Amino acid sequence: MPSLALAIRPDDWNLALFVHVLGAMVLVGGLVTCVVAIVLSRGDARLLRIGWISLLVLGLPGWIAMRAGAEWIYSKEGWGDLPSSDEPAWLGIGYITSELGGVLLLAALICGWIGVRRLRDGGGAGLLMAVNILSVIALAAYVVAIWAMGAKPS
Amino acid sequence: MSLDDWILALHLLAAFALVASMVGFWVVVAAARSAERPSGVQAALRLSLPFVVLNGIGAVGTLVLGIWLAFSLDGYEIWDGWIIAAIVLWAVAGAAGGRAGREYGQVAERAGELAGAGDAPDTGLAAAMRNPRATALLVVSTVATLLILIDMIWKPGA
Repeated sequence: MPSLALAIRPDDWNLALFVHVLGAMVLVGGLVTCVVAIVLSRGDARLLRIGWISLLVLGLPGWIAMRAGAEWIYSKEGWGDLPSSDEPAWLGIGYITSELGGVLLLAALICGWIGVRRLRDGGGAGLLMAVNILSVIALAAYVVAIWAMGAKPS
Repeated sequence: MSLDDWILALHLLAAFALVASMVGFWVVVAAARSAERPSGVQAALRLSLPFVVLNGIGAVGTLVLGIWLAFSLDGYEIWDGWIIAAIVLWAVAGAAGGRAGREYGQVAERAGELAGAGDAPDTGLAAAMRNPRATALLVVSTVATLLILIDMIWKPGA
């Protein structure tokens, strides 16, 4: 039972878990803010730019902190000492979704960077729509990851 | 997977919704503060509506599902110090956040009026957007939310 595992977690794992969870929360906050800003922008270049900046200054640092925290707690919990076939499903789901989400985030940042530059010439709307779609897919992946981290399916 | 496993997962998702909404509120405030014209302030503050909904879902979800878990799981009791601390912090975060929202709501109304009346830059509106009271309330709400996360991970006294 995950709650029991949490209850008996050694205190020196807590900081790593805190970095992992806070990073993930900031990442999700950045993605949600990006999607909201682009969807509600009504073509307003300033709001479109804010959407991309949210991804850059919140999503990217959040992803880095989430991944760093994940590796930190992975090593503390000693999962690396086990054969990969013995790893629980939730760990695999976490890895796949965080890596997939990272690739989507990177793609969204690149599309957004080009899109925001083109806004000055009146273009870039299509690229920022792509940013929105990529962010929504990444968000969906992270919702699955959060569910897996909480429910810990074996 | 047991029902408690599902409740824990939903509790965690609600916590993410709560923190994501706080992140969103800060972006909205920063965007509104940097706007030059009332229409810009109004457009930025309009973004807060989805975050209000997300905040409500996160706040209710964390509390209700958290209380469920406190009663349902062996080893936890609702009167445990760290659980009571979390409930108190939850109330502080909600009260401060609600009051901050009302303050920024008044600014949004004023921005709408000014936007409809020529949309000229207005020093009073800029000052209202930088109101230290509203900022302080948002800071209190954010710090209380962060303390809940720390409390949930360290579980002091558990």
